[in-house]
Amino acid sequence: MTNAMHEPVTFPVTREHPLDPPQDFARWREDAPLRPMLFADGHVGWLATGYAVSRAVLADPRFSNDVQVTHPPIPQRIRQQTLAKFPGFFLREDPPEHTRFRRLLTGQFTVRRMRLLEPRIEKITNDRLDAMEREGAPVDLVQSFALPIPSLVICELLGVPYSDHDRFQRDSSALLNLDNSIERAREAMESLLDYVRGLVARKRDEPGDDLISGLIATGRLTDVEITGASVLMLVAGHETTANMLALGTYTLLRNPAQLAALRADPSLAESAVEELLRYLTIVHLGPVRTATEDVEIEGQTIRAGQSVTVSLSAANRDPGRFGDPDSLDITRQATGHLSFGHGIHQCLGQQLARIEMRIGYPALLARFPGLRLATPGEEVAMRSNMAIYGVHRLPVAW
Amino acid sequence: MRIKADTDVCIGAGMCVFTAGDVFDQDEDEGTVVVLLPEPPPDRHAAVRRALQVCPSGALSISEDE
Ligand code: SF4
Repeated sequence: MTNAMHEPVTFPVTREHPLDPPQDFARWREDAPLRPMLFADGHVGWLATGYAVSRAVLADPRFSNDVQVTHPPIPQRIRQQTLAKFPGFFLREDPPEHTRFRRLLTGQFTVRRMRLLEPRIEKITNDRLDAMEREGAPVDLVQSFALPIPSLVICELLGVPYSDHDRFQRDSSALLNLDNSIERAREAMESLLDYVRGLVARKRDEPGDDLISGLIATGRLTDVEITGASVLMLVAGHETTANMLALGTYTLLRNPAQLAALRADPSLAESAVEELLRYLTIVHLGPVRTATEDVEIEGQTIRAGQSVTVSLSAANRDPGRFGDPDSLDITRQATGHLSFGHGIHQCLGQQLARIEMRIGYPALLARFPGLRLATPGEEVAMRSNMAIYGVHRLPVAW
Repeated sequence: MRIKADTDVCIGAGMCVFTAGDVFDQDEDEGTVVVLLPEPPPDRHAAVRRALQVCPSGALSISEDE
């Protein structure tokens, strides 16, 4: 009934092991999968660590994702919250605004359309592998492989000249680096918006066969809104898959038996991708939702106005949902993990991300049968200070 | 088994197509779910249940009257 037995906890960010979520989660999940949490601004809300309760919160229309009403779970998030308010940033809006944008975009990201992109993605992947071979070992896998592939793909899809990608790669990592000052982050955001604004204006005059031109053609969004939505997709398309490709490779290299299994049977790629998504859960700091009315969940009452931080990493390691959750098993059925979120905001680009990984991992392993880390695994610096988890650099040899 | 899909609720995440591509497809324009086999054969029932389970929006339901 009351939560007197549970003192509010703060959201843990320190990991004891680079590939496992902070250990506190496991203890808390067992004891109370939904428990009081102290937010960075002093708000007392909730922390969800169990799979079922996390899914329930994310799917429940009584919870808002409006950036104006959610509290920041950790101090560094205060910065991001203030930046996430611009037209077209539909991820942080509720229906009907969210629906209006999502509807215009979903047709562009269907499973079928993404499959049509496969040959293009294969070509891009092979070009990167050729370049790595030419360069010779050791190379930084992040710069030579993990980052360029999704970057090239999302640039192509949106109709952004790849020659400009350095600029928003810089901006987008400045934006997602939680250590950056709010001024630096705001600058990066302005720079991104500026760039895309110009691009949208150009495409209005000279439409191409790309997503931005397509959005203009619908006549249902203003240029300002198209700019915002495009920045959202550009940033999302850059950082997420790139980190999955690099961190996933690191993980496989540190789990030789799993690596050997995937190498021996590339048809395991699909389940391997799902399992890596579950096991790594690179969106490791959120999401947050706020109750718009009193909601009864897990025998607790979440009051209207209270925020809930959902730990996707904790939910994906819930032993009640995935047996032996802390071990990596690329043959398990991991679909149903919450790494892309759940509910109406579930990742729009997820089918694209899946294909990039399903092509990327096996191609990398096939091209370099002797692939190995070029520095000791413990020395690889993890992105603990970033909104999206991963490795900063991954030196590899073969 | 009969499948019902509510396209107003569907958010076009494609998890149903990803899970059971022979039973579900997505609309070309809106990306919302299209049910290819409203009465799927018994050997597809498990896949359909899995699709229902992973659908993020709750757009899908089944009735089991044999
Ligand atoms: S999984 Fe659900 S939300 Fe996604 S396309 Fe299918 S019915 Fe729609």
